Amino acid sequence: MNKLSERRALLGRALAFGALGALTGCDYDHPHHPDLADRALRAMSSWNDRVQAALFDPATLAPTYRPDQITRPPRFNAYYDLDQVRVVDGASWKLDLFGAVAEKRPWRLTELRAAPQENQITRLICVEGWRVIGQWGGVPLHWFLRRIGADLRARYVSVRCADGYYSSIDMASALHPQTILALDFLGRPLTPPFGFPVRLRIPTKLGFKNPKSLVALGVTNVDPGGYWEDQGYNWFSGS
Amino acid sequence: MPSPRSRPIHPWPLRLMHWLNALAILTMIGSGWQIYNAAPIFPFSFPTSITIGQWLGAAIAWHLAAMWLLVLNGIAYLAWGVVSGHFRRKLVPPTPRALWRDAMLALRLRLDHRHGVYNAVQRALYLGVIALGVLAVLSGLAVWKPVQLWWLSDVFGGFRASRVVHFLAMAGIVGFLAVHLALVALVPRVLWPMIGGGAAAEDVP
Ligand code: HEM
Repeated sequence: MNKLSERRALLGRALAFGALGALTGCDYDHPHHPDLADRALRAMSSWNDRVQAALFDPATLAPTYRPDQITRPPRFNAYYDLDQVRVVDGASWKLDLFGAVAEKRPWRLTELRAAPQENQITRLICVEGWRVIGQWGGVPLHWFLRRIGADLRARYVSVRCADGYYSSIDMASALHPQTILALDFLGRPLTPPFGFPVRLRIPTKLGFKNPKSLVALGVTNVDPGGYWEDQGYNWFSGS
Repeated sequence: MPSPRSRPIHPWPLRLMHWLNALAILTMIGSGWQIYNAAPIFPFSFPTSITIGQWLGAAIAWHLAAMWLLVLNGIAYLAWGVVSGHFRRKLVPPTPRALWRDAMLALRLRLDHRHGVYNAVQRALYLGVIALGVLAVLSGLAVWKPVQLWWLSDVFGGFRASRVVHFLAMAGIVGFLAVHLALVALVPRVLWPMIGGGAAAEDVP
């Protein structure tokens, strides 16, 4: 399904939701009343979360590629179209911190730029089944979490975006060496469609677990869910 | 009447596993088609009316739930088949000669069906679909975990090639199913023993 028809289907479901005044819950085939099948699917999905967490090896690196293998032109993807991309002002932008972190002072873009940087040419696999190869550079998340005094035994790292998108990942994946707060894409600062000023880049998870244009990051033990995850996509969604 | 010591044509573990497998396979195929539609690799899509899960998230949920039934039931079947001697007795790989002879007979609709004995065409089809099932599971794992199971992904030639292999395994299973169901339709009296067990194998001439 392309993005447009997917959004139409989503819109249709959102309208059905609205009419019933219930916007929560997992919507598989019958969004408004989770029936037995929905509940069984949900239970299996959390079982699959646990299996994937057990399968996750912190030392296994996602494959890296040569510069000539990079997908050009890069492929834009979001839950809206290109002309609806929110443009963030880099000068006034800051990253708010919340939850189990010792130093909650927000971070500015210049401070992130001054932090250690990590470069990678990795593959982004979309839940839809296509993949692209791109080059990202930025601050390793494990460095950042230590630097802000995050509780590394907490279960989740939660992020919120300028466009209302949100997601969360498990701590083990957050500490993976290839998980970065990306500032650069294809050797230049990120552009708005690709997540300016900062996106989470995590090549050990599916594309929708790589949120763009972050505005807040926190550490918590309460499952923060996610934009797609709350609609029924598998939460762990590891690769 | 079957004597007390006689065995049914299809023992109960086989019947149970066969129908659980049919359920798992049909769920996997139906949801797999909907997942395929999200990013088709060939110039066609499957009509949503025949898919399981009406949108990508639901289809993935069905697919990754039914895979457990498929895999656990499949492992149980393979283990049972070896330990009970079922494979040795019933699923001996046919010689090309026997396969040719039975295929010719079958095409002329002259192939006799004896309860409890699989002809060469059946044995080739069953062994083939078992192999396709294993291939579908392995390529599916490669599509699901191309990072953690990178070696498996490499075996199939990477993420995109794994998707193609996975699709072709599905297509092969669908092809088997068409022939399988056609043969059952041609010789419907084989169906009841697969459900109820049937008369003792020894009692059938
Ligand atoms: C859903 C409709 C199905 C029907 C009505 C059906 C019917 C049957 C019947 C009647 C037999 C016994 C044949 C005989 O005694 O000569 C049989 C055997 C078999 N079927 Fe099916 N089947 C179905 C689905 C499937 C599926 C989806 C698969 C796998 C992809 C499958 C794989 C097999 C295998 C491997 C055997 C041989 C089992 C053994 O003896 O180890 N069937 N089926």
